[in-house]
Amino acid sequence: MASTATFGGRVSDAFWRKPRLLLALLLVPPVLWLGIVYLGSLFALLAQSFFSIDEFSGLINYDFTLKTYGELFRPSNFDILLRTVAMAGAVTLAAAIVAFPIAYYAARYANGRWKVIFYLGVMLPLWSSYLVKVYSWKLILAKEGILNWLFETLHLSWVLQAYLSVPGIGGYSLSVSWTGTFLVFLYVWLPFMILPVQAALERVPSSMLEASGDLGAQPGQTLRYVILPLALPGIIAGSIFTFSLTLGDYIIPQIVGTSARMIGQAVYQFQGTAGNIPLAAAFAVVPILVMGIYLTIARRMGAFDAL
Amino acid sequence: MHYKASLGLKIAAAAGLLFLHLPIMLIFVYAFTTEDKSYQWPPPGLTLKWFAVTWNRPDVWTALGLSLRVAAISTAVAMVLGTLCAAAVARSRFFGRETVSLLVILPIALPGIITGISLRSAFNLVDIPFSFWTIVLGHATFCIVVVYNNAVARFRRTSGSLVEASLDLGATYFQTLRFVILPNIATALLAGGMLAFALSFDEVIVTTFTAGQQQTLPIWMLEELVRPRQRPVTNVVAMVVVLVTFLPIVGAYYLTRGTETVAGQGK
Repeated sequence: MASTATFGGRVSDAFWRKPRLLLALLLVPPVLWLGIVYLGSLFALLAQSFFSIDEFSGLINYDFTLKTYGELFRPSNFDILLRTVAMAGAVTLAAAIVAFPIAYYAARYANGRWKVIFYLGVMLPLWSSYLVKVYSWKLILAKEGILNWLFETLHLSWVLQAYLSVPGIGGYSLSVSWTGTFLVFLYVWLPFMILPVQAALERVPSSMLEASGDLGAQPGQTLRYVILPLALPGIIAGSIFTFSLTLGDYIIPQIVGTSARMIGQAVYQFQGTAGNIPLAAAFAVVPILVMGIYLTIARRMGAFDAL
Repeated sequence: MHYKASLGLKIAAAAGLLFLHLPIMLIFVYAFTTEDKSYQWPPPGLTLKWFAVTWNRPDVWTALGLSLRVAAISTAVAMVLGTLCAAAVARSRFFGRETVSLLVILPIALPGIITGISLRSAFNLVDIPFSFWTIVLGHATFCIVVVYNNAVARFRRTSGSLVEASLDLGATYFQTLRFVILPNIATALLAGGMLAFALSFDEVIVTTFTAGQQQTLPIWMLEELVRPRQRPVTNVVAMVVVLVTFLPIVGAYYLTRGTETVAGQGK
């Protein structure tokens, strides 16, 4: 064969004789990049969480200690953890409830042109700029914004006022309340829930639903005992995104929300203005741990087949 | 038996879609408002003058230019690394295969703030000054997964016997790559590249940690959100950003339409 004489031909022959060589050549660049740039940085960060900061000099003390982790359990810090996990849970639950009808309709009833509309209808908000989406809610929730105007025009301002006076979820206005933060989180992460739920529902054969009806189940019973269990892996897959993204976000609570911090803000402040890298690192370990536990449970429930 | 959706389901689905779209549409109205001190609704009047004001703002152009350059280079790096990784994982079974796919997904599965602070402290540790290239380093890392997802799906559908036939007929690996593999995966790569570009163009959380004095467009925007200087300019930029990100998404959709896995599902 003429080509074997050329350089390309000789390399080709080597690949043919040793397929592992080709595999290694393919794998080395990406694994090196991710291993050094990403994993290297990640471990460097984790290592720093075992250092502590000297309270008098403000310098980092490079001796192994669990003291920094202990600081996480101080009431003011522990509140941040609880608040963030509670918010992530609430956002995930709400996202599942709002996403389900959209996903169900798109998977079961939409076809032809409507399928495209539903598809792009979820994709466009998913890929729209994150900051623009947050910004649009600043416009909506502002005191002079559209939502207040709507309540006023409908002469329902007293409802809004009553709601805002509820401690915990209310506040001076919606844009500085936990409800505001919650709404923005729900809005920004909702598409991440719709897509996997829709993917799971599309795999449910309609004959199964017909069988359930033929065997005498009411539509509600079919939903409860047939559709929901089959959609569950999709819901869990979606919840991985909504939960993880809420845990680590520091921009949304900074722009729309109260002055009480979430984990992301704490990490940002401790590494920045406060210069306390060890505590920032310890805070950053919490989402990793929570997600690790979450992913283990999700894997058990078969969520990864729906991704 | 019911083949028609119930009214309740229709209303819930429609309300959900409206919830997803109305806020973005609102931006389009605000870009034309005459009010420049507050977020007043309804707008007291409509004007086109903010488009001209925005056009003449050098800081917007600088930020846009930086964002485009970062996105272009990060996408190029991610396309090479993502495709290599996809080719390895899709075509063979080897020890540690699961680990490699986990490694690719990790930068996007863990919250962005962790990627960001890890990179920042690593750069500090080895004394790399923050620059254009530190931004690219971060962006390329989380863009790999988008290209990888698209490419791996296409590799799985492309029959391995095609490659074997090409080799049996005497083509070298390079000829096979050029004439068999690349034409087969081209649209998937293009779609993956577009999505990676969109992801990088929009990224803010990791960038706040890996940028020095430079402002990408999202960083510029964040600055305006925290400390508003000229609200109408922000409105116009927001509207343009929405329009610009629509293009790659619709493009990626039409490129991978009709295949099993349509691009863009795993942001």
